[in-house]
Amino acid sequence: MLQRLRKPWSDNRAERLLGAVSFLACLTVACMVVFVAIHAWPTFEHNGLSWLGSGGSLSEQVERMLATSANPPASAFHIRVWPILYGTLLATGLAVLLALPLAVLSSIFIVELAPAPVRRVMIIVVRLLASVPSVIYGLIGILVLVPFVGAHLVTSAERTSLQNTVQLTGAGLVVAVVLLTVMITPIMVALTCDALGAVPAAWREGAAALGVNRLRAIRAVTLRAIRPAIVAATVLATARALGEAIVISMVSGSVFFAPRPSDGAAFLLEPFRSFASTIVDFREGLGAPALSATLYACALLLLFSAFALSVAGYLVKLPMRKYQVKG
Amino acid sequence: MSSTFVSDSLAAIPPRRGRRSSLRTWRWSDRLVLLAAWVAGLSLCAITAAIILYMGYRGVQYLRPGLIFSRPQVSKDQAGSGGFLDPLIGTALLTLIGIAIAAPMAICSALWIVEYGHGGRTRQFLTRIVESSIEIVAGTPDIVIALFGLAIFQLHILAFVSFVGEGGGVYGKSFLAAGAMMSLIALPPLFVATRDGLQAVPAHMREAAFALGKTRIATIRRVLLPSVRANIATGITLGVSRIIADTAIVLVLLGETLRTEPQGGVPGLGVLRGTGSTLTSYVYENSPAGEGAAPQKAYAAAVVLMLFVLVLNLAVEWITRAQARSSGSIAIAGGIV
Repeated sequence: MLQRLRKPWSDNRAERLLGAVSFLACLTVACMVVFVAIHAWPTFEHNGLSWLGSGGSLSEQVERMLATSANPPASAFHIRVWPILYGTLLATGLAVLLALPLAVLSSIFIVELAPAPVRRVMIIVVRLLASVPSVIYGLIGILVLVPFVGAHLVTSAERTSLQNTVQLTGAGLVVAVVLLTVMITPIMVALTCDALGAVPAAWREGAAALGVNRLRAIRAVTLRAIRPAIVAATVLATARALGEAIVISMVSGSVFFAPRPSDGAAFLLEPFRSFASTIVDFREGLGAPALSATLYACALLLLFSAFALSVAGYLVKLPMRKYQVKG
Repeated sequence: MSSTFVSDSLAAIPPRRGRRSSLRTWRWSDRLVLLAAWVAGLSLCAITAAIILYMGYRGVQYLRPGLIFSRPQVSKDQAGSGGFLDPLIGTALLTLIGIAIAAPMAICSALWIVEYGHGGRTRQFLTRIVESSIEIVAGTPDIVIALFGLAIFQLHILAFVSFVGEGGGVYGKSFLAAGAMMSLIALPPLFVATRDGLQAVPAHMREAAFALGKTRIATIRRVLLPSVRANIATGITLGVSRIIADTAIVLVLLGETLRTEPQGGVPGLGVLRGTGSTLTSYVYENSPAGEGAAPQKAYAAAVVLMLFVLVLNLAVEWITRAQARSSGSIAIAGGIV
């Protein structure tokens, strides 16, 4: 046996081995979907899709789940997660809206406008910003931004008017959105920059030869050519923001509350929870079957939305192949 | 009509002029966009500089050698609660396990896809499946991967990975469990780096090897792998920086004991089956979000973490620059997406 292994490998055997290892990745994905779905099933069995609706107090429902033992009654599975869904969409949406212009402008700056030394620095900056651990963003958020917002942006009038519904400590939507924006901008910048770099120089030169200035050329030719790549970058960044757990769990205030636009400016200061941060917050409660099923259902939702978003990102970029612009 | 417009404006342009005077002829809206682009780019620099300077300032303030070399202690006051030696070792251990699983997987998949994935329609289809499933892994949030890990490692046949708790249930949390899931985090960047490197190897190198009578696998071993060494190094560096930065998997799958707690009598295996902490979970637990509420220690550990990230970034920069000198341009998105 050992002799056989020591001899030069035949191509067939090598190929089979490499192929088998490659398929471990497929197996992992399949297992992931199956296991998460199995663990999430009781929630859907008892709630159906009205799981995503609103009704009742979420914190009471979670308390009831935590109080049940190993064999919970069917009533313990009752939960309506609308505030979480709303919080997730709100934070992600606002962060993406903020990050989009910032990312597009700075990628134009990096690829088209910046002098070469500045460009080199900017590439390092983007890579670094993308690799800062989320817990460091969270730490800066909870120790610097949250106290700052609590001391300077929350007025005492807002604090007293909302006294009976929710406490405004500074931890809430605005800090979470700012941090999420900083976290997803480098991703969008990197993808947009690569697409910008792939636009044929002849197109830009053609525009310049027609007498438009550099910025007009960028707007009329380059940006238009990479529009699909910008959309794809936005979609990928959305997926990243949806799945961010640690930062939101640290700076969102961790209260089951749906920020109300009717509160005026205080809306931005109100706490919330997202799906991912809920899982982190209740990781100790995974022993309670009802709560565990709920958290796995959140995970399943995240898994499917990440999957759908990456498919969307792929489909959106298809038209670019037509122009042979890689991106 | 457009042609007259063009020739008119061409005629209006004086033969040579500096960049500054051309800016003066721009419309206000164009100038505003130009300004906005500069502001956006420089604000990214400013944010990065602010983060690094602030962490550096906190590091000078709170980071002491004693913290790095002492183990965490259970204590009422912060003076006696020790440092973060155990989390440091935990981070190193998780990184080792994660890379040890991810690197062979990623390199094998990349080799299979690039070198064997072209013959026939079924094979192309299989290649697509493997590539897209790695993409799905890349897009999956780490908290979902953590819950998935908990689900499989609580199975009874996998009890050897962790240990059996008092109630007879498998605990499912250990260094091995967390490391296995960490390998999923490190897999995509490693795979992409290796695949791109292999695709960039010119075809004539393979053809020359085949012409000399080498088999495919011998070509891979003697020609291709040595020539993509730098790409694999980049991939591993990116994978390591992913692993050390991850918090969610550690919080769910490593059991949240600040000290490394071995399980069972076997010395090495006991640690792997036991629970512990990493720098990221130490920061989380000591921040107001966790139990400890010891901001000084959270800052100190975060500074060490930040230093690691900076060093790894420099390493990637250094490797890719050496590579770019030999083979042309580099892409920014490379490993970070």
